Amino acid sequence: MAATEKEIVDGLAEIVNEIAGIPVEDVQLDKSFTDDLDVDSLSMVEVVVAAEERFDVKIPDDDVKDLKTVGDATKYILEHQA
Amino acid sequence: MAKIKPSQGAAYARIMGVGGYRPTRVVPNEVILEKIDSSDEWIRSRSGISTRHWASPEETVSAMSVEAAGKAIADSGIRAEQIGAVIVSTVSHFKQTPAIATEIADKLGTGRPAAFDISAGCAGFGYGLTLAKGMVIDGSAEYALVIGVERLSDLTDFEDRSTAFLFGDGAGAVVVGPAKEPAIGPTVWGSEGDKSETIKQTDSWEAYRNGRPEKFPALTQEGQAVFRWAVFEMAKVAQQALDAAGITADELDVFIPHQANMRIIDSMVKTLKLPEHVTVARDVETTGNTSAASIPLAMERLLATGEAKSGDTALVIGFGAGLVYAATVVTLP
Repeated sequence: MAATEKEIVDGLAEIVNEIAGIPVEDVQLDKSFTDDLDVDSLSMVEVVVAAEERFDVKIPDDDVKDLKTVGDATKYILEHQA
Repeated sequence: MAKIKPSQGAAYARIMGVGGYRPTRVVPNEVILEKIDSSDEWIRSRSGISTRHWASPEETVSAMSVEAAGKAIADSGIRAEQIGAVIVSTVSHFKQTPAIATEIADKLGTGRPAAFDISAGCAGFGYGLTLAKGMVIDGSAEYALVIGVERLSDLTDFEDRSTAFLFGDGAGAVVVGPAKEPAIGPTVWGSEGDKSETIKQTDSWEAYRNGRPEKFPALTQEGQAVFRWAVFEMAKVAQQALDAAGITADELDVFIPHQANMRIIDSMVKTLKLPEHVTVARDVETTGNTSAASIPLAMERLLATGEAKSGDTALVIGFGAGLVYAATVVTLP
């Protein structure tokens, strides 16, 4: 069953926490991965791969650069999940 | 029909000796920072690299190779003239022909071995090792020398803040010879030519000769795409090599991945779920990425420092421009 927006944000928070050690409550829709959450470009790849597995979605390399905020990633997953 | 006598070689092959050469000049991040707007902290956090070696004009591809190979031959306990084949993997020898392997073979006093260069980027060592193993088992060479050598400082754009700090120079070599027991597992290797743009030389020599561009060609890569491929796709290849050799992660002593970037190494270890007891090569910190030379250089250092020992079971995997990759399990010399 497709994940809801809340489930996706919660899932991304867990992933970002696991990979970058950021507290889950800091991961909000308006937060920028690089500027607010200290997720660098390589950690972002790990976040993306973990999100792909968790939400059954494909996020090609070319699309990763457009995912600036948690909101961008959530919207992308909502629109592309199987 | 006339009957052709089959060739006959050894039952199995093994790595008998390893040697390395690191250029005398050690280059810290501060030197890199003279040409790019970055910081030591940023470089270390993105790559794990603190220093690398850059070759002097005298430390040529040939000279570094002869040094490394001389040590590998001494370590193996054979004489140079017993070597039947010399395989040199490099992308930074700037003369198309003749192959640098013949000059190196001659300088080593090897006699008249088969000698040739191969181009397989950062997978070059694994490609060369696979060829050497085949020769020893086939009987076309009793002993084969595999050299990975690079002067990547010649192919570095020192003004590119995403790559200027990555590359280093050096040479690593192994002697492959006959064995009574299997000591080099099946190679899992391949290429993904559809991703040839991911890591490449910026412009061809022909374009440079014709004045387009003015800047000397250099290595460039799509960092995120390379990272994803290296960590997640290559972890699968590494696992396949373990499976092909019939070795479990618990039986493994040492992991020697191509020394591209500490972040790639750390993520691969995590993705492969390697047990704590496995020694992981992290030579990239003080050597940078030396492409085809990185695995034998890292192997030599682990053995020299005692972090690994002769007889240990090691998983080696190289991956890079092509894209190409090669992974196998070996017994350390």
